Amino acid sequence: MRPVIPYVTAALLFGLGAYGVLRRRNAVLVLMAVELMLNAVNLILVTADTTVRAQLPHAGQVFALFVIVLAAAEVGVGLAIVLQLYRLRSSVVVDEVPLDEAAVEPVPATVEGDR
Amino acid sequence: MTAADVLLLALGAVAVGAGLLVVATRHLVRAGLHLVVCLGALAGMYLVLTAELVAWVQVLIYVGAVVVLLLFAVMLTRAPIGASADLDRPGWPAALVGGGAGLGLAALLVDAFRWSRVDLPAAGTAERLGEQVFRSWVLPFEVLSVLLLAALVGAVVLARPEIGRRPGADGTPPAPGRRTPPALPRADEGGRR
Repeated sequence: MRPVIPYVTAALLFGLGAYGVLRRRNAVLVLMAVELMLNAVNLILVTADTTVRAQLPHAGQVFALFVIVLAAAEVGVGLAIVLQLYRLRSSVVVDEVPLDEAAVEPVPATVEGDR
Repeated sequence: MTAADVLLLALGAVAVGAGLLVVATRHLVRAGLHLVVCLGALAGMYLVLTAELVAWVQVLIYVGAVVVLLLFAVMLTRAPIGASADLDRPGWPAALVGGGAGLGLAALLVDAFRWSRVDLPAAGTAERLGEQVFRSWVLPFEVLSVLLLAALVGAVVLARPEIGRRPGADGTPPAPGRRTPPALPRADEGGRR
């Protein structure tokens, strides 16, 4: 097995994820790009587990499992935030999120927005 | 090139291609479906790399739970049938950062490993991984369970904004269109409803 193949795949996937996080305006798509980056890291961990002989066997795969659990928790909380944002603003465009909440009146979700 | 190399190359090409479609498509729902293809190809790569348990956990949790949750969020927020024109912001800084990170890391890893060859170790079955988790990694495992509980409670609190809000503190009524469950009687708000 040539370890350079999965390593390069993981590097390219990480680049794609970083590109997606910076490029996308929809919050759900940003979360999808974050998932791509987390999966790239998982692939690095699993590949390193096969190539590097560590003192504890299968440490990389155990870490990959931990990262998968962390990603599940992250996407749960992240989607709760996204849905709450949609309820308040009727849009999930991350460009339009006001960072100083006191200055802006929230828009109720029943107003059918122009988006 | 052995059969494992050919499989890894094919699955890696599928994963990168589907990932490219995830970040490039103009259809919200199709992005989620391309993500399924990408994660499935990654699960196949884990199988070739002898990480059996990680592959099946990937299929169960990522493809089974995370993608379904993401598709739920797409449907619940805004799911147009056709293409959306306003999904992206101007792309060259993102392309610079993403391409720089991806190609830079790829160059580093190619330089580090060249075309070297390793033998695959013993398969990471559930038995071997379970031994490691419950022998060497017990403390992180338990901390992770506490973190999952915290994330669960946090998601519940975020999804129900009336939890913890002082009644009449800011004067804003609860957002119309939301169904307030009648199972939560409140003494101070009973007269207003």
